[in-house]
This record gives sequence, C-alpha cells and structure tokens, in this order.
Amino acid sequence: MDFQFSEREELLRKSIREWAEEEIPPHMEAMEETGEFPTELLKGMGDMGILGVITPKEYGGTEMGHLARIIVLEELGRVCPAIPMAIQVHHMATYAFSTWGNEDQKKKYLPPLAKGETLGVVAVTEPSGGSDVAGMQSTARLEGDTYILNGRKCFITNSHHSDYWIVPARTGEGRNDFSAFIVEKGFPGAEVGRKENKVGLRGANTGELVFKNCEVPKENLLGNEGEGITIAIRDIVECGRPGMAAVGLGILNALMEEAVKFANERVLYGKPISKLQAIQWYIADIYSDLEIARLLAYRLGWMLDQKMPVDGAAPLAKQWICEAAARSARKAVEIHGSYGILREYAVQRLLRDALTAIPAGGTAEIGKLVVARAALSQFK
Amino acid sequence: MPGGLQAHYKKVMKTLRSIVCIKPVPDPKHRASFTLDPKTNTLVRQGMNEAINPLDKNALEAALQLRDKQGGEVIVVSMAPPGSKGVLKEALAMGADRLVILSDPAFAGSDTLATAHILSAGIRKLEPFDVVLCGDYTIDGGTAQVSAQIAEFLGIPNVMHIRAIEVTAENTLIVSSAIEQGAMKIEVATPVVLSVLKEINKPRYVTMMNILEAEEKEMEVWSASDLSLSEPWIGLQGSPTQMGEFTTPEKKKKAELLKGDPKEQAEILADRLHRLGFC
Repeated sequence: MDFQFSEREELLRKSIREWAEEEIPPHMEAMEETGEFPTELLKGMGDMGILGVITPKEYGGTEMGHLARIIVLEELGRVCPAIPMAIQVHHMATYAFSTWGNEDQKKKYLPPLAKGETLGVVAVTEPSGGSDVAGMQSTARLEGDTYILNGRKCFITNSHHSDYWIVPARTGEGRNDFSAFIVEKGFPGAEVGRKENKVGLRGANTGELVFKNCEVPKENLLGNEGEGITIAIRDIVECGRPGMAAVGLGILNALMEEAVKFANERVLYGKPISKLQAIQWYIADIYSDLEIARLLAYRLGWMLDQKMPVDGAAPLAKQWICEAAARSARKAVEIHGSYGILREYAVQRLLRDALTAIPAGGTAEIGKLVVARAALSQFK
Repeated sequence: MPGGLQAHYKKVMKTLRSIVCIKPVPDPKHRASFTLDPKTNTLVRQGMNEAINPLDKNALEAALQLRDKQGGEVIVVSMAPPGSKGVLKEALAMGADRLVILSDPAFAGSDTLATAHILSAGIRKLEPFDVVLCGDYTIDGGTAQVSAQIAEFLGIPNVMHIRAIEVTAENTLIVSSAIEQGAMKIEVATPVVLSVLKEINKPRYVTMMNILEAEEKEMEVWSASDLSLSEPWIGLQGSPTQMGEFTTPEKKKKAELLKGDPKEQAEILADRLHRLGFC
C-alpha cells in the first residue's frame, strides 16, 4: 500500500494552490455580497486544466483522473469552498458527456466546457424531491424528431451560468422509465427560474431551470432511452459525491489553518491560547477529522481511477467528510471566541459553507442509508 | 543603418540560448516550521518542504519570455541533491526545454565560491549560450554572490538587480538595473550573466497540460567526474568561508507617539515610511 503522492500529483497540488491563492481571493468579497459566481475566473480555470481534469484529451481535457480531481477541488476549497462546489457540478456534466455521450455530442459539448466558455449543469432535483430520484415529475414525449420536455428543476448548481444542461425526465410509465437529455439554454421553452439566496457556499450559483414545452432535438438524447435513472445515479455516485467529499476536505483544510493561526496568535493569561488544553482538544478534533477525511477522499479518488465500484465508498466519504467539516467548523468558531462570529474572520463563513455542503448531492440521511446497504450486503 | 532596417530586424530576431540557474530552498510558505540544528547551526532539512527559490522563478520566466519573443532554448541548471528532483521538475513544467542537475556527494558543504565553481563548470559544458540568468539572491543564504562569481569564472560580464531585459541587436542586450531611487539602463554584450529582481515579471502558472508535457522532457544528472571537477575546488575543501555561529536577534518593540495635528502626524509618518523604503 503506497500512501505517497506521485511527483505529478505533488506538482499539481502546488500549481493549483498557487493559482487559487492568487486568483480567487479578489473575488470573494463580491461572492459573499451577491452570491454570484465569478465567471471571469472561468477562462483561467480552463487554461489551468481545472475544468477538464476528467475530460479525455481528444476533447480538450487533461484526463488526469479522479484522484487529481479530488486534489484540485480540495485546493480550490481550501481558499474558497464555493468555487469547487460550482466546479464539481461542472465536472458532473463533463463526466456524463464523456461516459454516455456519443461521438458527436462529445465533440460538440466537451471542448467548450474544458475551455471554460460555459459551466456545465446536471439537473436532477425537483420540487418533489432530490433524494427520491425516481420521484421526478418532469416529462418528455417524442413528437417526430423532437422531444417535448416539461417540468421544473430546483436547487440546481450553476443554473444561471450554464449553456448546457443535462436533464433527466420521465419518458414512460414504469417506475424507472426516465431518459437523460442535453438541453441548450437557447432551446425554445427552456428558461432559468429563480435564484436561491443561500447562507453558505455563496458564489456557487443555485437556482431553478424551467421547461415549458421545451423542444429538444432527438439527437440530444444522452445515452439510450430509459437510461436516465442510471445516468443520474451513476453520475451522482461516481462524480457528484466524490466532488462534495473534496469540497468538504477543502473546508477542513481551511478550518485547520484558521484555527491554528488564531490559537497561536491570540494571547490570554499571558500565553497563546494554543497552550491551553481546552483549545488543544478542539485542535486535536479538527486535525483528526482532517486526516481521516484525507484518507477517505484520496482512497475514493484512487478507487475511481482503478475503475472499482464506489457505491458504498462514495456516499461514505461524502457524508462523513461534510459532517466532519460542519462539526469542525463549530469547534473552529469556538476557538475564535466572539471573533468567530465576526464577518472579518473566515471561520463563520466556513461554518456556513460546511452546513450548506451537507445536503448537496444527497442528504446525510440518504448517504447513511446507502452506506448501511453496503455494510449489510458486505457482512451478511 | 548598415544593411537597412530589414537586416537590423533579422539580426535582432536572432534566437537566444539561455541557461537559468535555480536552487531548491526551504519553502517560504512553511517558514513557521523551520528549525535550526543547535549543534551544526544549519537548517534541519529532513522532512522539510522545498521550493524553487522565488527569484530563480523570475529568472526562468525572463528566459521563457525571451524564448517566446526570439525563439531559442531554455536550459535549467541546478546544483542539488537527488532528492530535490521533484521540486526542480517544476522548472520543466514552467516551460524549460531541459533540466541539468549537478549532483555529487563531493559537492556537499560548498560555499558560494565552490557553488559558483561547480555551476560554471556545468554551464561551460552547455556552451554555446547567450545569457545566463539567476535570481538576485536566494532566500536561504541571501549572499547574492553566486551570479557575480559565475561570471568571473566564465570570464564574461555580469549585471545584477535586473528589472527589464530588451534584445536590441545581435549579441547586445539593454538591461535595466535597479539602483537606489532609480535604475540604470545598461547596454551589454552577450554572453552575459544577469541576476534578476522580483519586479522583472510575474512567473507563469504551471498548468496541468504543462505538468503532463514536463513528463516527456529530459532531466539529466551530472556528477563531479562528468564536470571534470575534483577537490580542492569543490565541497568543504573548496569553500574558503564556513558558517560560524547563528544568532537570533533580540526582538525589541518600541512605540512612539507622533506629535502634532493629524495632518502633521501623517506627514511625519509618510516621511518615516519613505526613509524606510516602503514608499
């Protein structure tokens, strides 16, 4: 068992860290203020290879793989978790195109997504629920060479900054009769709806997509008819949940650094509070969460690169790490005392970010449900 | 103009072969974890994160920009232990064409003179070249001596504190060298050794595509015998200076209340900051 990163991975981490530390902070105040994603960063992210990290080279990506993706998202999240939140959903779109797209679809959609000409979207959740995937009520019916799509998607990351949406909808009467469609923003009947005003991960745009007799050309069916549920679930499990695990890992890195910095600088009773055992316990807890999160996330990335099934490992990593980020954020705020609730200190934002990350890509309860299924089947 | 304008531009557009000297140093981002060995008075390097000396990255960027403009080749040379290969690979990922590591147990303990001796032997082996670029100083030693010593060993000119480089004619550069309160413009013939300041440029980011391309590039390791070097010119024996004692300066805090109305106080403060070189 080799726990050593390769030279490539070390250099990747270093280069993404340098880019993130330099390029993201100038946008963070506006992101907090407006909740808007800084689209002016997209070209730079495209040039860096961030957007095409799991996209095949022949379609403009770097094809560095899933462990590399975890490292990239972690480093972005260490600086500003809202950025990898948006980018991990963008990756879900690139993963869906790469995995289920035909040659024409890959050629058309992957290069602009890798360059950063637009963000990608995978829109599964509906007002009727997100975790209950088969409960989707959006419908698509084939009329000649066109599917007529109706429905409403909500809590959709990148909704207002994307030109290409992957949208599953019901195409038959059976419980799992769903198909996935590539909807372009300009298609007749495709609209963006309301923007959500979230408390955390501000700057990762979240909103609604609305389809009113939306006309989707037949060739924009992604995969085969009837594969919609499979595509949605596999995309969430193999890309969305690892992505959220990496966002949580980024938050934990930031929390650790903020907590130690404050504990070493804040002097009480004539010494830094890092010398106080009560504070050291908090530090130990955050450090433990960070180290365990690293193991879970990196192993998950490695498993994906080995093409191993991650049905249990992905929700385990996502749910455990995001909850660890939230509990560690609470402790980091405690270490800061009253300063922890001031806007000038990052820990309050990180607490909001961590809480917002928990339900993204599947609630903690759904995560545990799937983990329980994996445990029950493995140990019976 | 002899030969006319076209001939002039043709000459100016000569390609450049640049050699960049870089050094792996303790990563300044981890400075809080630096510790000194009380017995040897040297940095404890075991388990320490390393990075390319920041100004050396400016030197590399300057060479890459010259290549982007003029065409040519950029070769990076570093005297370093084999364990630093991973860190130095960043130079290839930034765009260098070739990386030569000068590495031999006999180089251990080299001071600036012995280091310059070793580096100049490596550079000579790479002849011909037009420009040798270095950072003005390293953040670990900070002596700022090596570039001048390399030039001396190679018998070519050296200009330090460079903040701009312009190719004006074949075999001629105009460089801007910082001095107190200003800069000198110097016309200098190539080959030349230049050491650069931070303000010369902003080193480019390493992209993922660059990382993948770097894996295809050449990385050579040359030993003392490859360079035909032997004692007493290298290592401890070749080093006339030895580290004596490290002391940590006592931190003295002093507060001073400025007198006068806010405008007067602001003027005094601005004057003090100016004298201290902050503005």
